[in-house]
Order: sequence, then structure tokens, then C-alpha cells
Amino acid sequence: MAASGKSALNKAPLLEVKNLRVEFPTRRGTLLAVDDVSFEIAAGEVLGVVGESGAGKSLTGNAIIGLLEPPGRVAGGEIRLEGRRIDNLPYEEMRKVRGAQIGAIFQDPLTSLNPLYSVGRQLIETIQTHLPLSAGQARQRAIDLLKEVGIPGAEQRIDHYPHQFSGGMRQRVVIALALCAGPKLIVADEPTTALDVSIQAQVIALLKRLCREHGTAVMLVTHDMGVIAETADRVAVMYAGRVAEIGPVRDVIKQARHPYTEGLMGSIPSLGHRSERLAQIDGAMPRLTEIPRGCAFNPRCGHRGQRCLVERPDLMPAGSSRAACWLHDPRGVGAAAVGELADA
Amino acid sequence: MQIEGLKRHFDVSPPWLVRMLERRDRQIVQAVDGIDIAIAKGETFSLVGESGCGKSTVARLVVGLYTPTAGRIAFDGNDMGKRRGRAQTSALRRRLQMIFQDPYASLNPRWRVFDIIAEPIRAFGLAANKADLEKQVGNLLRQVRLTPADGRKYPHEFSGGQRQRISIARALASRPEFLVCDEPTSALDVSVQAQILNLMMDLQRRFGLTYLFISHNLAVVYHISTRVGVMYLGRLVEQAATDTLFKRPKHPYTRMLLDTIPDLDMTGRQRVPVAGEVPSPINPPSGCSFHPRCPFANERCKLERPQLLPVEGGAVACHAIEEGRIAVEERTYATSR
Ligand SMILES: Nc1ncnc2c1ncn2[C@@H]1O[C@H](COP(=O)(O)OP(=O)(O)OP(=O)(O)O)[C@@H](O)[C@H]1O
Ligand SMILES: Nc1ncnc2c1ncn2[C@@H]1O[C@H](COP(=O)(O)OP(=O)(O)O)[C@@H](O)[C@H]1O
Ligand code: SF4
Ligand code: SF4
Ligand SMILES: [Mg+2]
Ligand SMILES: [Mg+2]
Repeated sequence: MAASGKSALNKAPLLEVKNLRVEFPTRRGTLLAVDDVSFEIAAGEVLGVVGESGAGKSLTGNAIIGLLEPPGRVAGGEIRLEGRRIDNLPYEEMRKVRGAQIGAIFQDPLTSLNPLYSVGRQLIETIQTHLPLSAGQARQRAIDLLKEVGIPGAEQRIDHYPHQFSGGMRQRVVIALALCAGPKLIVADEPTTALDVSIQAQVIALLKRLCREHGTAVMLVTHDMGVIAETADRVAVMYAGRVAEIGPVRDVIKQARHPYTEGLMGSIPSLGHRSERLAQIDGAMPRLTEIPRGCAFNPRCGHRGQRCLVERPDLMPAGSSRAACWLHDPRGVGAAAVGELADA
Repeated sequence: MQIEGLKRHFDVSPPWLVRMLERRDRQIVQAVDGIDIAIAKGETFSLVGESGCGKSTVARLVVGLYTPTAGRIAFDGNDMGKRRGRAQTSALRRRLQMIFQDPYASLNPRWRVFDIIAEPIRAFGLAANKADLEKQVGNLLRQVRLTPADGRKYPHEFSGGQRQRISIARALASRPEFLVCDEPTSALDVSVQAQILNLMMDLQRRFGLTYLFISHNLAVVYHISTRVGVMYLGRLVEQAATDTLFKRPKHPYTRMLLDTIPDLDMTGRQRVPVAGEVPSPINPPSGCSFHPRCPFANERCKLERPQLLPVEGGAVACHAIEEGRIAVEERTYATSR
């Protein structure tokens, strides 16, 4: 995994997200839900995106696939696929990009499948929308795709309806649907969250194989660090709408550079040792309307200094990763900050 | 808590007329199909298994939300199935409470937090007067690390973790001795999960609570339990002290579950993708219901249902273990990260 990560990093990025901002106009002012997010994904690379609920993971993913729910909108920055800007395309054009070059997989397989049509009909329609194939050829491709995602008896099962499949199989059908036109990028938002652990492993193995065999780039959004550890080459950790840390998966997990990542990793129960208490980060992620000045993590951070209360850190080099934390700046966090930390 | 031969079947047949026309049999889901568990005071007994194996049904049976098809549940010597007067039933109910998975669905959105927590205190007549009620609710909110002022707010004003704290405060309001917790942290982020699990362990030590804890997250179960029961298709297939279960798993299904735990220590161990899925509980496989997925299955496994037999302080239902056909497996886990 480490080796494939390295070779992938040397290639030109397939997806480039630069200074992305997503906002929601509301009656009480504009909420900035994604604030200055930048990252790249190379062909054949899996970028994991983690963070707690509300951190902005899905909005980032939805901005890339052009499916932000109004009134949410991209308010700044740019998104490029193979060098071409896709964040300002007209709706029809973006729809073509979405089917042909970007595949999307969501948490609940049922939202992507129409219960009234057989899975074959849905696959064949999608294939014919994007590829110039006859009905017979499209059916054959649909069967091949079902085989590829590991549906036993694909020739028969193609005529079955979504409710006739189990949860794990439905998610594999959704993956097949995302693969119809041979996309270069797959955006998968919590693809395994609704599945049992045993089936999770099957879906992850499938995503990894596709990435390896077809050179597909994958943006894998999840709050499950276990899934990330097994699948991703690099990880971006999001907190309150920003990237707190981004780096190779091993470094982020074993040598977190941002105090939030460190706390997050510590709070995951592990099988190695058992103690009276789990490590915990006190307090909670701020709401969008209450993001503190300076570093958004400062009310919960044991390392904070005066500078953290007033100046907002951007991503800066930290070991082999990049972290948005003044601890990695030559000038440091400044004089000790007074006052109590957030409560449990 | 003493559970013996507990069964709960659900009739999921189409209506009678349809059945006659289509010449179909009745369809019965054997959600829980004969379970024995004994839980001692002050311990945390966890149930694990894939979805649909019957964990929540056991939880609902224990707190009386379902009535058993067969079997007996006794709490502190009182048979829960026995008919008794309203006062006695209410006294027993007070001592048993439940925390649900979804902190969003389990709180009434139109009630203030104060009233949500006060409701069991009022229902069981546990407050002497209004001032006492206010004091009790205030204390409960503090015990779950919220403030008495939070009582004036509505559930939607809180985050998922805070809502789960409110559910816990509500469950504690009737001063129960036994809490059934059905996936209490599954809807929460890991950082919030750690806060809630710590809170539950603190409260247990403080009030001597006994927990029946249900989760599909084995790492969480490892941290919180004293003993663990592994369920498959409505039956207990293995039961052991936590350390024994994780370090010396015996049943092939337990081993399979342990193989699916994600490797965060990055030792390079690959999660083994498991072949197959849980079969339908309507027509469970013959003999050992795990045999279609079991690498050690033989003819006997297809014909004869294995009984739960004592092994190493716990119990296992597997012919291969009984016959000594497969060795007990020793497992070690990386201790640092
Ligand atoms: N329609 C909306 N109006 C206002 N704010 C919104 C809207 N949709 C999302 N947000 C806010 O944007 C932030 C990021 O949301 P997003 O759905 O991306 O989070 P997430 O990291 O995917 O969380 P989850 O794990 O819960 O899906 C949250 O604070 C959320 O409340
Ligand atoms: N009210 C019900 N009616 C019919 N079937 C049910 C009902 N409740 C549960 N079941 C079935 O019983 C089995 C066990 O369910 P449950 O205990 O909820 O599983 P778990 O909690 O392990 O996910 C499942 O097959 C489920 O579909
Ligand atoms: S910038 Fe300061 S407050 Fe923010 S994470 Fe770093 S040390 Fe903590
Ligand atoms: S009884 Fe047979 S099929 Fe069942 S778990 Fe044991 S070896 Fe496997
Ligand atoms: Mg999301
Ligand atoms: Mg359940």
C-alpha cells in the first residue's frame, strides 16, 4: 500500500481542489461551511477524508460532483479534473462529466437505486447514456460489471429488483452503476457506513481492486478510521469546515501532527490494551455560527497559546504531512493562553 | 438477571387469503431462538453479532417491549412473565431501563429537556414536591455533564452526543439498577463515542449499575464488557469472559468476526473479506446454522444442531470444538500506536 501511494504521488494530479469555499445564505447571515479547502488526488490514488459529523466532508464531495443542494453554493476557489475547471460548468455539461468521468457512491444504496426498475434496466440506461453501445452490448457490459463487483450469478440477477438484494449486494450494484462509463474519479461518501463489518471488508476490497486495476482515483469520505487505515494512500482530516491535517495514511495515524488528529486517534478503542477510561477530547466541534477566532480548535486544545486565539493557521509542513497548527511554525503558538479549556 | 430458553418468533406470513391462493406456508422469523444468559450484579454483558442476528430483539424482550414466545426472564429473582398487580409491575419496571441507538428518534422533539427527564420521576412518583423534582433533574443533568440550565432547551438544540447524554439522564432518572443499552454509540462520531463510553463506565462505578450492552463494534465491546456473548441467527454460539473471547476465540464464527476488525495499528494484517452473508432467519440452514459459511463444516454439522457446552469458563456451540477437531486459537494484538 505504501509503495503504490508513493508512485501515485509522483504523477500529475487528476483532481485538484484549490481554496474551495462552500456557503449557505441564511436569514441570519451567510454560513461558511467549507472554508479554504485544498487538496489533490492522483490517478490510482485513494484519498481518505475523515472528520466528525458536520465537519464539511460531504459538502466538499458534493461540490466536486456538482450536486450541492441549493441554497448551498461554491463561493470561491476552483475544482479541476485533468486540468479542466469543472466548478463553473453549466448544469447539462456537468451532468455529462458526472456520469462519464466522475462516479458517485452514497451511504444508503437505496437512494441511488430506483425500486421500480430492475438493476439491469438501470445499469443499461446509464451505460447507453454515456457510451455508444447497442442494447445487446450494453446488457453484456452490465453483466460484466455485476461480475466485476462480485455478484454471483450475474446473468440471472441482472433482472432482479433492488429489494431482492441484501444490503451489501445493493451497495455493490451501486458501485457497478458508478463504474458504467469507466470514470476516472470515484467520490464515495460513507460507502460502508450502512453495512455490517463483515460486508464492509468486501466493499473495501472491491474499491481497492478497482483503484489498482483501472487506475481510478477515489475520494473516500468516512468517519471510520479503520476503513481509512486499510484503504487510503493519503488522508485529509477535516475540522469545522477546514483541513486540519493532510498526509500519508501511516503518518497521520501513527504520528499525528495536529492536536485534533492526535485526540481523534486516541479516542478510538483499540484491541491492544484496555484501560479504565478511553482517551477523550473534551468539548465539541463548534457550530458554524460559533466558530471561534484564531484556530477553530483552540477552545479544546491543550497546546494553545496567545497566537492561537487571534491568528488562524493555514496548512504548513509538519513532518511528511501538512498541518494547520502553529506548533509547526517557527514562531510557535506564542505566550501561554490563560482561561479554562472546553468542558467535558 | 437470569434468562432461560428465551425465544421470540415473528409471524411474517402474507394474509391468510393470499396464503391459501398461492398455496404458501406460514412464514415465521425465529428472531431469538432459545437463549440462556446469566448476568451478575455490577457486570457488563455484551451481545455481538451481525445485523439481523437478534440482538435488539433480546434487548426488547428484557425490558418488556416484547413478550417472549417461550422461555423465562427473571430479574433479581422476580419472574418478569408472571402476572402481578400494577404497583408491583411498575416497581419492577423502574429498576430496568433502556438506552436506544438513535438519540434523535428516542427523544420527544416537542418536550423541553427538563420534562423529558422529569417524566419517569413523575411516572414512578419519585419526587416529594416540585422543588425536589427540580433538584433531581438538575443533578441528573450534571451527572451526564450538562447543566441544569440546559433543561429549558429542546432536543434539537443539542448535538448528537449531547442528545445521547439526555437519553442517559432520562434512563437514570428512575434510579434503575439495570440498563439495557442497544448500540448507544453507533450513531455517534468516535470522539463523541469516547466521551459517552467514559461517562457510562463512570456511572456504572458510581451507582453499581449492571449493563446489558449491545454493539456490533468489537473494539468498543472489548473496552466496556466483563463478558461477551456472540449471537448468530437467534442463538448464542459462544459466551466467555472478555479477555478469553478476544485472546482465545473458539467458535469459527467468533474468529470470523474478530478477523473483520479493522487494523488501525497498521501491522499489515489484511481484513479477511468474509464469504457469504447471514442467511434468512425464515428458513435457517439445517444442523449448525453457520455451516454454509464455516470452513470447518462437515456432514455432522449439516445434520445435527450443536449444543452450547462449557469450555474454559465460557460456553461454545460447535461440533468441531467439542470433538477437538480444531484447536483453540491464540491471538495477540499490537499494544501501541
Ligand atoms: N442546507 C444547509 N443549510 C445550512 N447549513 C448546512 C446545510 N447543509 C449542511 N450544512 C452545514 O454544513 C456543515 C457541513 O455539512 P456536511 O454535510 O458536509 O458535514 P459532514 O462532514 O458530511 O457530516 P456528516 O458526517 O454528518 O454527514 C455542517 O455544519 C452542516 O450543518
Ligand atoms: N417486529 C418484527 N416483525 C418481524 N420481524 C422482526 C421484527 N423485529 C425483528 N424482526 C426480525 O428479527 C431478526 C432479528 O432482528 P433484530 O433483533 O432487530 O436484529 P439486530 O438487532 O441484531 O440487528 C431480523 O431478521 C428481523 O428482521
Ligand atoms: S494552532 Fe494552537 S490551538 Fe490550534 S491546534 Fe495548534 S496549538 Fe492547538
Ligand atoms: S458446528 Fe460445524 S459448521 Fe458449526 S461452527 Fe462448528 S465446525 Fe462450523
Ligand atoms: Mg456526510
Ligand atoms: Mg439492532
